[in-house]
Amino acid sequence: MNVDWTTFWPRIVEATGQTITMVIATLIFGSILGIIMGLLLFVTRQNNILENKFLFNLLNIVINIIRPVPFIIFLVAISQLTRLVVGTTIGTAAAIFPMTIVASFTIARVVENNLVSIDPGVIEAAQAMGASPLRIIFTVLIPEALGPLVLGLTFVTVTLIDFSAVAGTVGGGGLGHIAMTYGYQRFDASVMIVTVLILIVLVQLAQWLGNTLSRKIMRR
Amino acid sequence: MIEFKQVSKTFRLGKREVHAVKDVSLKVEQGDIYGIIGFSGAGKSTLLRLVNLLERPSEGSIEIQGVDVTSLSAKELRKQRRNIGMIFQNFNLFNSRTVAGNIAYPLKLAGTPKHEINTRVEELLRFVGLADKAKDYPDQLSGGQKQRVGIARALATNPDILICDEATSALDPDTTADVLRLLKQVNREFGITILLITHEMEVIQSVCTKVAVMENGEVIESGGVFEVFTDPQHTTTKRFIHSVQQDLPSPNVLAEWRESGGGRLYRLKFKGPVANEPVLSTVTAKHGITFNIVYGSVRELEERLFGNLIVSFLGDPAAVETAIQEIATLTDIEEVQEIER
Repeated sequence: MNVDWTTFWPRIVEATGQTITMVIATLIFGSILGIIMGLLLFVTRQNNILENKFLFNLLNIVINIIRPVPFIIFLVAISQLTRLVVGTTIGTAAAIFPMTIVASFTIARVVENNLVSIDPGVIEAAQAMGASPLRIIFTVLIPEALGPLVLGLTFVTVTLIDFSAVAGTVGGGGLGHIAMTYGYQRFDASVMIVTVLILIVLVQLAQWLGNTLSRKIMRR
Repeated sequence: MIEFKQVSKTFRLGKREVHAVKDVSLKVEQGDIYGIIGFSGAGKSTLLRLVNLLERPSEGSIEIQGVDVTSLSAKELRKQRRNIGMIFQNFNLFNSRTVAGNIAYPLKLAGTPKHEINTRVEELLRFVGLADKAKDYPDQLSGGQKQRVGIARALATNPDILICDEATSALDPDTTADVLRLLKQVNREFGITILLITHEMEVIQSVCTKVAVMENGEVIESGGVFEVFTDPQHTTTKRFIHSVQQDLPSPNVLAEWRESGGGRLYRLKFKGPVANEPVLSTVTAKHGITFNIVYGSVRELEERLFGNLIVSFLGDPAAVETAIQEIATLTDIEEVQEIER
């Protein structure tokens, strides 16, 4: 039984809105947490400006525990925690919580990798000029790594679009939900094609935005 | 001004200990351009970083203007660092900031009011000859221009001391000469004391007033540039001097000279005023012998002349002997040994 497209469009539009909400909200919360963790991970490294073996190892191990878990399993595994924090495990808000956790750990690594590629000499120069560690974080590390960081965040955004679809299949709403219930379970190829096309467009848009922004920052 | 007192720095690499700096005592006076030379791994870079405590000494102390910097709190140290400008081999400019932004950075750290920053940045840009590059980014500049920005940035907070970490090693010879001229100007016009490290004897020769030679973490020889150049004591020092002043024919040429039956060779050194006098011709004429200059040069160091000649004497052996003795009373003379490097 195929859907009636004359009445089905509004549902597609609504689902697209949910997907975009999930991705953007996750990106904002995940970036805040991820950038803080990534910076901590970097500055507490050996021989770095705020070397701290304990903190570094703790963060490093936690990130390494969370990151390899497949998202769909993680989603289910922390559902009790999600219920505790959000109050429900169904809907867009309930999807944002686990997505944010996974995104923040991924972003932490992305941030760390970008910071590692900064020439240590530049940090040394700032130290030699009498900059405090906090000053160095805000006036050297972040601006120097910003261009590649935006590209990294773009990469994460694309992953998040993927995650949102996964979250959709277990009650998160959005395009994933539509694609699964109508396209997969009811064998309606037209729904499948439309949702996939919209996802592709979203990814292209995100990538284009990220590229443009990073190019502007890096002046290339 | 800057005084190292029995300073040592030991790094721990796993279980191995690396003695980067070993018991160094050194005094840099106000207004000096003090050069520390050594091959890579000699410990000079670590020694330089002890001045602004980018590295902390394992033993000993470093006094700057009479203050033991190792005793400063983190906050006091940051303030002290504004009095010590630093430039680097790879310039270490902030790529995310314009040229003007780079120079303004240390001023912002020091809490200078905005309009003062602008005036100071303009002034510094003019001083280093980059007034038209204020809005450019570092990746748009050549190596020499980058180092000029580095110098302007290091001078922004009016430091008393400038430390240079292989500041010209990444530059071509022409640009090196430009940057060295600029350093000399900084020293002369602002009275800034400069401590630099290098592996190039040319740098020492062209700008420094004093030199210390480092090897395996130790200072093996130090003193005025003229004295060290004209009378090096240590083999390593001689090798460095040899790299800029070929003071002997190559071993092959020497061997050829011997094989073709050439006589004994003597090295004469003329330092300062004696370089202007006709010592050789006067003495040889007096003893009725002649001489043959096989090799030699006269150079200028710290605005003093320094001659180095390799000669052979022709004539009655006894007369040659007395002539040599007489020359020895006037200037340095020694016989050239078989292989001297």
